[in-house]
Amino acid sequence: MPLLRFSGVTYEYPGVDAPALSGVDFELHPGEFCLLAGLSGHGKSTLLRAACGLVPHFYGGRFAGHVVLAGLDSREHGPARLGAVSGALFQDPETQLVTSSVRAELSLPLECRGHGAAAVARGVEEVALALGIDALLDRSTHDLSGGEKQRVALAAALAGRPELVLLDEPTSQLDPVAGDELIGLLRRLNQEWETTVLLAEHRLERCLAAADRVIALQHGSVACDGDPHTFLTWASRRVPTLQTPGAKLFALAGLADQPVGVRQARAQLRARGLLDARTHLGPDARIGAQEQRGRRSSPLRAIRRRRGKPAPALEMRGVWHELRNGPSILRGVTLTIERGDTVALMGRNGAGKSTLLRHAAGLLAPTRGRIERAGRVALLLQNPGDYFIHERVLDEAPPRALREVGLAAMAERNPRDLSGGERQRLALAIVGAGRIAPEADLLAPPSASLRGADLPPRDGGGAGDAALAPPAGEPAVLALDEPTRGMDRAAKAQLAAELRRRAARGLAVIVATHDPEFAAACAERALLLADGCVIADGPAAELLAGGWYFATETSRILGGEAGAVLPEQGAELLRARAAALPAEDCQALGAEVVQ
Amino acid sequence: MTSSGLFIYRRLASPLHSARASVGACWVLALTAAAVLLYNPLALLALLAAVLAAAVGAGVGRELAGALRTIAFVALPIVLVNVLVSRQGLTVFARLGDLGPFGQGDLTVEALAYGADIALKVSVVILLATLGSLAVDPDELLRGFRRLSFRSALTVSLALRMIPLLAADARCLGEAQRTRLHPPSHRARARVALLAAIVASSLDRAMDVAATLEVRGFASGSRAPRVRRPLSRHDLAFTSSAAAVLVLAIAGRLSGALSFDAYPLLAMRAGTGTILLCAALAAAALLPFGNRRGVEQ
Repeated sequence: MPLLRFSGVTYEYPGVDAPALSGVDFELHPGEFCLLAGLSGHGKSTLLRAACGLVPHFYGGRFAGHVVLAGLDSREHGPARLGAVSGALFQDPETQLVTSSVRAELSLPLECRGHGAAAVARGVEEVALALGIDALLDRSTHDLSGGEKQRVALAAALAGRPELVLLDEPTSQLDPVAGDELIGLLRRLNQEWETTVLLAEHRLERCLAAADRVIALQHGSVACDGDPHTFLTWASRRVPTLQTPGAKLFALAGLADQPVGVRQARAQLRARGLLDARTHLGPDARIGAQEQRGRRSSPLRAIRRRRGKPAPALEMRGVWHELRNGPSILRGVTLTIERGDTVALMGRNGAGKSTLLRHAAGLLAPTRGRIERAGRVALLLQNPGDYFIHERVLDEAPPRALREVGLAAMAERNPRDLSGGERQRLALAIVGAGRIAPEADLLAPPSASLRGADLPPRDGGGAGDAALAPPAGEPAVLALDEPTRGMDRAAKAQLAAELRRRAARGLAVIVATHDPEFAAACAERALLLADGCVIADGPAAELLAGGWYFATETSRILGGEAGAVLPEQGAELLRARAAALPAEDCQALGAEVVQ
Repeated sequence: MTSSGLFIYRRLASPLHSARASVGACWVLALTAAAVLLYNPLALLALLAAVLAAAVGAGVGRELAGALRTIAFVALPIVLVNVLVSRQGLTVFARLGDLGPFGQGDLTVEALAYGADIALKVSVVILLATLGSLAVDPDELLRGFRRLSFRSALTVSLALRMIPLLAADARCLGEAQRTRLHPPSHRARARVALLAAIVASSLDRAMDVAATLEVRGFASGSRAPRVRRPLSRHDLAFTSSAAAVLVLAIAGRLSGALSFDAYPLLAMRAGTGTILLCAALAAAALLPFGNRRGVEQ
């Protein structure tokens, strides 16, 4: 008997004509670990809301079909009743913590369901131990880091020992370490407690290896339902942007049997003779070299090196940010960012990335140290919605800026009705456009920026040229704080292209991100921050090729060889190796490609 | 302790934090009742000193010192308004002449003293409320109320949780507006727009939190279970302290040992008995802080 059954479910949100879900049929059986894939706006979140009864009971709208969870039809039972069988975890941990202390947070769902005092106490202790948060029980929820909050929210969802856990992009705000920990935790719950998991996620490479099954949604309908291999085959033919980097690497290299994870990919490459059995996987000794290089880059050396060149776009010298009654968030950060540089700023939650960007933009003043800027620093904060104060897109940014980011056609819409990617682009137009006279707005031709017509190559070209200068009125530096949260791969690719285009015009671009794939796609240089210090600074291709966590999937598969961090680079490397194989092996691989 | 200038409870290693929330709240209420009952400035000063020392003992002295600055903005107007408005008292120290419908503008020492006394009383009450919000666990307190009215108590709990969240939202929105290239040209209009954005953001947040509550089973509305746990030494100490403070305050008020009359002429008891009673009041309030055995964070 299925635990969850969707039968002909069609749903429209109130005031929206297009259905968010359209004729959805599937069954989920106890103990399955099912991944929900799909582009943004194709119905993943709505499906999860329907599974826990929030759709239609909480959101309203028009609902057809049946959702039956553990024998309870959502037409007859609301979220409270269905919540006894299912636990739900959504994207933003801030809105999922409703009390002030962790213990109270874990007690609440049990108390709501009428458990006795002893059962509540036991339930709280057990779930805290299971999720490794027993040390947090008496902490205030205000003091927790993003990763800790997400764990506590997951514990609250699991406190009642639900048979089904529904998760909507739970790792989108977590650093790679915390994200991997969360996925590992889900897998353990699934294997040890037989908890059924339905997980919606954009970064499929994180969790595909853990999944038994993948349901892909397109325009609100189930477009693919099968095991991870079936999904990857379907994605490569129908929606390539849903492919994992590992699968894309194999597809571009012409190899069959796309892998669902790093381990499988490496095993397959070894079996084909394309990967040395001794290739090291994990943190590389090169990181130490990068660290030393970073240390050698003292201010005086930088000044000498730059003699005769224009001033850098941004220079920080020994910048400290010390809280009045608390710890130091930044500890003597020294770095130089030249015009046209694209820099990825990486590190764990709480490493100081956002604080560093706020200092760069002048929102915070260093308690010690100096910052010099060649011009304005445009900062795009984490939540693009924070920039919207008008009812019309056109009122938020000038028409030319809207054209530049490809939003001219949406000028009359309400900013809050835009999709995640569109919101990010509008925020970019608000903070990043040059000062444009009204007449210039009228005369300016539409930009082809987002059509990719004039994009510089990924490997830079003239992007690092010191002679570059941004057009008059444009900021000298564009800083973005976690711009890809909740974005699908297609939107990320568009944003990366837009950032490269701006860097080619002479802007220095700094992006704080937890997404190594995005960092590799948009940045030439990477900085790794830990505990307020820059611990590594070097070419992105080197830094993202030499780690366990802060590394792309391609580099983890290939062990960082030849600095291949993107599937395209990795595929080129594999093709070269295939060509160097003995003739009979080469023929076998050739036959595989033909198949 | 504070987030965006707000006073938020955090668990600290202090005797007051170690007492159960209901006992901590009763202790704060007992001191508040004493401050409301008594008008003698010496008694109010003793209570003020006790509250500040208690804050230090609870590890939140710095926060209360910060609150004192804010209190000055409340206390000063009370004194000024009372001096200007009160027509009682016989010792005139300044004459403002005929103020038309307000009569003669005679400022008296008694009105000044009474205003200062009331300002002191208000300051003590505000400081006690601040101390309570910093050192008494609101969730534990509200869990007790949930047995009486589940939804009302949870609503209060949510409101307490939402305040710092909304303050953080407002800070983020403010920062975002500072980084805008084209800030709204009219300052007043910009503020209205920002306020509207904060309201919209708070509504979004409220929707998300409401959805979370729904899936956690809030609608089933069961009564919170009674949690029985043994009284700790801190529970007993603060209960005794609260009772002693109340008894001393009532005794002082009824016996007249802590009496104070501002009008028509200042009359205040300040003898040895009064001073001893004031010292006893402060000591009774502070004694539980001397016992740090079993204190844990």
